[in-house]
Amino acid sequence: MQRFRKTLILVATAASLAPALGAAETLTYSLPEETATLRPGLGQETAQSNCAACHSVDYIERQPPKMGRAFWEGVVKKMIASYHAQIDEPDAAAIVDYLAATY
Amino acid sequence: MRYPGKRALIEQTVRPPQLETPFSVYDEGVLTPNDAFFVRYHLAGVPLSIDPKAFRLEVRGHVETPLSLSLEELKRDFEPIEIVAVNQCSGNSRGFVEPRVGGGQFGHGAMGNARWRGVSLKTLLEKAGPKPGAQSVAFNGLDSPVAPETPDFMKALDLGHAGDGEVMLAYAMNGEDLPWLNGFPLRLVVPGCYGTYWVKHLNDIEVLDSDFSGFWMSSAYRIPDNDCVCVTPGAPKGATRPIKRLNVRSFITRPAEDAKVAAHVAFEVRGIAFDGGQGIEAVLLSADNGASWAAARLGEDLGRYSFREWRTELTLRPGVHQLKSRAVNRDGQSQPLAPLWNHAGYMRNVVETIRIEAI
Repeated sequence: MQRFRKTLILVATAASLAPALGAAETLTYSLPEETATLRPGLGQETAQSNCAACHSVDYIERQPPKMGRAFWEGVVKKMIASYHAQIDEPDAAAIVDYLAATY
Repeated sequence: MRYPGKRALIEQTVRPPQLETPFSVYDEGVLTPNDAFFVRYHLAGVPLSIDPKAFRLEVRGHVETPLSLSLEELKRDFEPIEIVAVNQCSGNSRGFVEPRVGGGQFGHGAMGNARWRGVSLKTLLEKAGPKPGAQSVAFNGLDSPVAPETPDFMKALDLGHAGDGEVMLAYAMNGEDLPWLNGFPLRLVVPGCYGTYWVKHLNDIEVLDSDFSGFWMSSAYRIPDNDCVCVTPGAPKGATRPIKRLNVRSFITRPAEDAKVAAHVAFEVRGIAFDGGQGIEAVLLSADNGASWAAARLGEDLGRYSFREWRTELTLRPGVHQLKSRAVNRDGQSQPLAPLWNHAGYMRNVVETIRIEAI
């Protein structure tokens, strides 16, 4: 059997409602800390601040190696156009340069 | 335990979590244990706090009677149904695709087979009563994007498919509550269809009087609109359609890749096969790299959406041998001997080969 951490949250209620509402039992789950880091290179910090806003950077490490500039251009473009990542143009260009040169 | 409720799995990504089942698990039994079942999220807003008593499933939209149901009501007021079904990621085995493509680089471990228990969606839809003109049903769960502009993960089915009696809302998996990372407390189960439709943490069902046009149907999870679901590597994507039913696959689970066996001594070869719901008719095994094939014995039939176990015996001369399995379903569909390619690396189902050595 799996065990979720059980947290008792006492619901503050007016005395007259207390018997009806009582306490709710909320289950919580904790995810592990991120440990992945980006490879060193020009543009690493720009990639870190933009990409890691929405996902861990192991997403990048896990892509096939040496996919080339067109591939990474497509990825960054997809993040902006499809997922609406708020990356400005100079940053997007720097991230593409970094990824194409480093991965 | 790094991920509560999960044994050590292959960690693809952390935020959001993507965990792959080690291949050896598929040799443990025909049902994939809950603690080994793969995990795949799209967006990092994974729900981390759920009150099962306060949880509600809404059925709303183009219906006569919108519903708002608690878990207790779902379990108490509706006849439970059970189905054994494979949940396989569209991109399972993408890591083997050549030329390589982007996306989650899974081995074969983004699939699992479980006994799902829950409520038939048909029953809920009948209770809610779709209004005339209802066309499709959209599904949303508690998970959410980080940036509010990112399209929330939602999927949709045609009304007819949604109400076919097999599509279900599962609250239990292999006799236990759903594992948190597999969609606790409620998930959609779409037997025979790729995991992308199996919306986790399902809390909102909307009946629409139109086709659903959300990003995850109209732009993502699209396959080439042709019979082979393939294009020449490097060619334009061409016309596409939403991915839907699983194609035929089979795997040898024992012996393992690169195993050593005794020459001139019979040993067992076994594995699993499955398809999109027609059911497995036969599994053929080749021990000579595809030159000749012999039928294996099929194991217990847990239903047409389940893994089907198969086994046979082999006796080999000393040396290196290439073993291949090839399944055929009841519609005569099988697996290609050479891999097919598409841009997203979806639906790989080539006949897989393992190398073993007889000593």
